[in-house]
Amino acid sequence: MRRRSLTAYGFLAPYLAIFAVFWLWPIIYSFMLSFMQTRRAPWGFNPNMTWGRIVQDPAFYNALKNTLTILAIQVPIMLTLATLLAVLLNSKLLKARGLLRFAFFAPVVIGEAAYAALFRLMFNAEFGIVNKVIETIGLNGVNWFGDPEAAMAVIIIAVTWRWVGYNAIIILSGLQSIPDDVYEAARLDNVSPRQQFLYITLPLLRPVILFSLVLSVIGSMQLFAEPFLITNVGGPGGATETLGLYLYRQGFLNLNFGYASAIAYTIAALAVAISALNLWIGREKA
Amino acid sequence: MKLNARKTRMNAIAIHAVMVPLAILWLFPVYMMFIFATMGDNAMFSHRILLLPGDQFWTNLSDLQRDVGFLRTLFNSVVVGVIYTFLSVLLTSMAGWALVNYKFFAKGTVVGIILGTMTLPFFVVVIPQFIMIARDFGLSNTWVALIVPPLFNSLGVLFMRQAFSMVPKELFDAARVEGVSEWKIYLHVGLPLVKPMLAALSIILFLHSWNNYLWPLLITNDPEMMTAPVALGSLIGNVDISWGSIMVGAALLTAPMLLVFVFLQKFFMAGITAGAVK
Repeated sequence: MRRRSLTAYGFLAPYLAIFAVFWLWPIIYSFMLSFMQTRRAPWGFNPNMTWGRIVQDPAFYNALKNTLTILAIQVPIMLTLATLLAVLLNSKLLKARGLLRFAFFAPVVIGEAAYAALFRLMFNAEFGIVNKVIETIGLNGVNWFGDPEAAMAVIIIAVTWRWVGYNAIIILSGLQSIPDDVYEAARLDNVSPRQQFLYITLPLLRPVILFSLVLSVIGSMQLFAEPFLITNVGGPGGATETLGLYLYRQGFLNLNFGYASAIAYTIAALAVAISALNLWIGREKA
Repeated sequence: MKLNARKTRMNAIAIHAVMVPLAILWLFPVYMMFIFATMGDNAMFSHRILLLPGDQFWTNLSDLQRDVGFLRTLFNSVVVGVIYTFLSVLLTSMAGWALVNYKFFAKGTVVGIILGTMTLPFFVVVIPQFIMIARDFGLSNTWVALIVPPLFNSLGVLFMRQAFSMVPKELFDAARVEGVSEWKIYLHVGLPLVKPMLAALSIILFLHSWNNYLWPLLITNDPEMMTAPVALGSLIGNVDISWGSIMVGAALLTAPMLLVFVFLQKFFMAGITAGAVK
């Protein structure tokens, strides 16, 4: 391989040009914006209006609390379920594996707008099918979008429904890379299936599960379409407003770009910090 | 031995007893999306649980078309998806090709950029992207605005780098000895050798564009230029339009992707798991 900087950059030029204009400059620009007041022209340096405001803004803390609540409840449930699904999908005893894989993966190809519409309809308190089923078995229907906790539950159910198959497929690919003779050896030593799972499968899956975990954390920090569309812009009364939705409202409804940029950097910093913490806790213990 | 066979059988039953109901539960909303799309208001607001198709699909569709011109937005989504996918595959495969085949100045930095932005939340760039496109360039409601800013993606480059690195280099060196230009080697030797990977990447990128919601929401307000997900989102919570019609929109957005997934599952899975294993 000879050194060919000119040729290489010829191939890279269009890609890097898009990067420079639509990523590199925006990363710098929004960092600068996060220190500027943008409510009145001319915009100017005034971090009191952005970072000064964010630390004492109850609406921001509410969105932060909601986002972390969803993260703390939804991600563990989803990843546990995904691991279980992956192990069962990998079982040689299972028939119609392709069909089952399709069932869990189908929600992944459905777009945010379409699935949000569907969940909003299914969980409608008066005529949604979920309440119809609940009432059929003799219980009282739930006011899904009127009760803060119920609305939060809808978001968690919706996100889990949509993404569990995606994570199961990733974990399944990790499972399939574990060589069979590891289990063969374990069987010869009379290791029970439960112990095989705990002492062989789970440790070997750690990197793949960590990968899923990091993706899920980053995804959760950016939740927007679900509270925007399913629970009607963070309803009831802000109970499901996430950081992503709050950023949207500040940036694109109030057109307060400076403050929205401060929120954006807070989201990024939290996503990086939580991911790093997860990687550190889950690191290989040498 | 007999005991073992029985145990295996019990295990098989147990696995199916968990998986089959779960799978039905997971498919149920997808199934109902299509059923709801065929229901009129009477069936929708009925107190009974209706699980079979109604006969209002065409009425719902024509209402949807009359009220928001939904077919036009579907057409927009197709155009944006096709052009975006073509350009993105071209750009990322060129970049992936360069990373595999050449040593060059600041290569580590370029790789670092690609990996580093992979986990960066879109929110960090969306505000300046919006300011540039909508205000500075005045490009709201244009094809350029819908297609160009999302073109940068890390996944495609990593995917294509992986693809090209599995092709033996000798194939390219033979062409070089013949004096073929690097561009032509990429185009006529490199790309044909990674066709399955190009297919997998195309599917993932098209899906990405087809379902993209936030960016098109920000830069379109003219119904003629909205993509289908934005148009659909704008109907949610609108009391003037029936739930049946909204579900027709959702079903029209979903059905093509489900078909693609069924028929091209192999490519699909390759695209999804690419990021995970490497």
